[in-house]
Amino acid sequence: MDELTSVFVQESREQLADMEAGLLRLEQDPNDADNINAIFRAAHTIKGASGVIECGFIEAFTHKVENLLDKLRNGEITVSANLATLLLGCCDHMGRLIDVLEAAQAEPPADIAAQGEDLTRQLAAYLNPEAAPPPVTEDPGQVPVVEQESPVEVSGGGVVITDGWHISVRFGPNVLRGGMDPLSFLRYLASLGEILDMETLPDAMPDADEMDPESCYLGFEIHFQTRASKADIERVFDFVRDECELRILPPSSKLSEYLQLIEELPEDSMRLGEILVRCGALTQAELEEGLRLQQESRLGRAEDSKTPPAQLGEILVEQKVVQKNLVDAAVDKQAQVSEKKARESRMIRVQADKLDKLIDLVGELVISGASTNLLATRSGQTELVEATSILSRLVEDIRNSALQLRMVQIGETFNRFHRVVRDVAKELGKNIELQISGGETELDKSVVEKIGDPLMHLVRNALDHGIEPASVRAAAGKPVQGHVALNAYHDSGSIVIEVSDDGGGLKKERILAKAIEKGLVQPGQNLSDQEIVNLIFEPGFSTMEKVSNLSGRGVGMDVVRRNIQSLRGTVDVTTQEGRGSTFTIRLPLTLAIIDGFLVGVDKSAYIIPLDTVVECIELKDQPDNQHYLNLRGEVLPFVRLRDTFGIKGADPVRENVVVVQYAGQKAGIVVDQLMGEFQTVIKPLGDIFKHLRGIGGSTILGSGEVALILDVQALVQRCAAAEENRMRNINRLLSTSPN
Amino acid sequence: MTEMITQVPPPAAGATRLPLAGTDHSPQQYLTFLLGGEMFAVGILNVKEIIEYGIVTRIPMTPPFIRGVINLRGSVVPIVDLASRFGKPPSKVSRRTCIVIIEVNEGEERHDLGIIVDAVSEALEIPSSEIEPPPTFGANIRSDFITGMGKVNGRFVIILNVDQVLSVEEISLLSQMAASGTTPEAGTEAGAS
Repeated sequence: MDELTSVFVQESREQLADMEAGLLRLEQDPNDADNINAIFRAAHTIKGASGVIECGFIEAFTHKVENLLDKLRNGEITVSANLATLLLGCCDHMGRLIDVLEAAQAEPPADIAAQGEDLTRQLAAYLNPEAAPPPVTEDPGQVPVVEQESPVEVSGGGVVITDGWHISVRFGPNVLRGGMDPLSFLRYLASLGEILDMETLPDAMPDADEMDPESCYLGFEIHFQTRASKADIERVFDFVRDECELRILPPSSKLSEYLQLIEELPEDSMRLGEILVRCGALTQAELEEGLRLQQESRLGRAEDSKTPPAQLGEILVEQKVVQKNLVDAAVDKQAQVSEKKARESRMIRVQADKLDKLIDLVGELVISGASTNLLATRSGQTELVEATSILSRLVEDIRNSALQLRMVQIGETFNRFHRVVRDVAKELGKNIELQISGGETELDKSVVEKIGDPLMHLVRNALDHGIEPASVRAAAGKPVQGHVALNAYHDSGSIVIEVSDDGGGLKKERILAKAIEKGLVQPGQNLSDQEIVNLIFEPGFSTMEKVSNLSGRGVGMDVVRRNIQSLRGTVDVTTQEGRGSTFTIRLPLTLAIIDGFLVGVDKSAYIIPLDTVVECIELKDQPDNQHYLNLRGEVLPFVRLRDTFGIKGADPVRENVVVVQYAGQKAGIVVDQLMGEFQTVIKPLGDIFKHLRGIGGSTILGSGEVALILDVQALVQRCAAAEENRMRNINRLLSTSPN
Repeated sequence: MTEMITQVPPPAAGATRLPLAGTDHSPQQYLTFLLGGEMFAVGILNVKEIIEYGIVTRIPMTPPFIRGVINLRGSVVPIVDLASRFGKPPSKVSRRTCIVIIEVNEGEERHDLGIIVDAVSEALEIPSSEIEPPPTFGANIRSDFITGMGKVNGRFVIILNVDQVLSVEEISLLSQMAASGTTPEAGTEAGAS
């Protein structure tokens, strides 16, 4: 795939995402003209760009969608739920067509083509029910202008000296497509009289990559001298009357009429003024006079029904000529447009692998910085130590900035679910609202990419199994509309994502019964509520009797858990019967570099993620078989790394406890030495060790040795499970021995 | 071109050059090394480099044949004790002990692994005519680990099938079993037994 095409694919996907978001908004607020314009623009851009890369099948389909959107924009058809569904379907289809292009296929395969034809038929049903006259097209984004016939009469005062007609013509985008050549009209016009001067206005011309070569973007300001009547001049443009905007000022028009013209035209007033001066319609003095007059005359004029251009807004408000909210709306819109432009220009697109390379290099820098530090400390030269400490501080800053580059907000991922919720809710016949909060929470891009699927599963589960049908909800005295919420926030070095619903919650008895039936649990086994609900993450577990096509195949939850675990994360569920359930996903912020705490056992070094470390204390006077200690009145269970990892070697003189906290639980990890903070570049351990629980990865120390990074939670869980297992075996022995 | 193909000599005569046409896909050159007094060989195309035995970081909760990991210029490479992989006593580190870094293809993916050998002897060429099929028993090694028996100076050299010996899938399965064997973690499994 050449570069142009890959850029097209990428940008079109973004446009499609905008379009989809717009369509979803459209359902909520069918009268938002800005929104409809935005949707239209997105479709239009895709169509134009697909023309540039000569991808006929995308262009043809998008063109039909655009036609419908155009009608929508002109108010010829109204928004209905069916229409929105159809347009969303078209959106999806465009996405599929882009996939086809990306796969470098010349033609969409038969099934996709059939879908396209189906959609086209549905579109046609909307397009042709009544033979409406061809709509007056305007450039996208342009404020609709009221076509106004200027009065031809001349009355004294402020008359412009120049004689001759002034013609403003803006050819609509479809003129070329209609087989008309703007030039031929101008040539015909010239046969009526003499074109004294003409200015071409390329202002509507979009950037080259958005430009559609089949569209006409040009406008002309013509100073024209003729004996012909106004009607004659208008007749010149008869063929394109519907497709263009034409304004004709007769000779010796009043200055105010010119001003009105300036205001009505889409281009910036100052620029238009200059153009009029240049093409000889006005003199500079007249223009200045006009602008002055404009302000003065506004003073006296009563409430003007037409919204003035935003530049004049402030003066007008001060002078209480127009309502404030009108101006505010205009100013807001202008600000939005310019802000968006500014934001776009501040963004740089960087290929992900370049960024990964940078992170790798920073990782190596951190490692070699650590070894330099080590050598400097060993050398005992204070100046050298000082210099390297400055260096390592800078390296740390670079590391943070580099990692920041990869951070993206999770909001974009969240927003995708509006569509999912809408579609699924419709399919299920439920009324469900999605609430999103914490969308600005940032996390590593590589994590974001991989979290989409598990989230999708959880959301679908909430929609399908969580939220009850409306009748059940009403009977339970709950509001008929169900709520599913996505939330994200940072918590001690990890990001927490919550998927919650206000549905029926998980039914513990059923889960337990099912688990026993599937042989996951022995009857009579005592499980806490928390343990029971977490059984849903066991492989092959599903409580829903009916298997729907959304979820309920029983592969869901364990896949979710496995995916999240592969990101070094965890997933948990809390539930309240009748009130709903909350799935909590915890993920590390980044997969590349973390702050670590270096500890030693015998001769090996281990890293504990610093975010989880609360404090360190000395372990003294500890009975051998007791695996908990008194931490200022709290019971703190601990894990002896030496025992857990089976490390041989002499017992140390002194043992230390690192108190760690994870997901609200505290535990101690007993080690020999504490060696302090260490910037840790995470090196994956490879597939061989992927089943290893309790070790999250490895890193390279300043000395060049490899040190292992502890996965604190898994380690503690592992020990807890081992102990529980031991207890259970003892219990079983006790209960069976009397027989 | 056709001329050149016709010129390809019978295998035994091609003493200094590799055959031009890829009629035989098995590598012709082998790296031989000593392990527990026996001579082994691996295809030279699998060998990335040979390094001195250095600091190996042990990984807890793994089977004994995984010695640990080393830092190979910034990447972490697992080290396998070949002798104990074959079910023999683990290699003792001596002055001549080396780590041979080997590239293993597992489906689409490539992994680097290191193997500990007692001593590296030489890289030599074994024509396919000099390679016998593996014996069904008697080599004291799982037969699927052996590609063939090469004849070198009247002695047999065991040519290893590295993809099999160092199968990432199998090793990871073994380490999973080792991990859960020391402390069975899934209570449900224990409960069902």
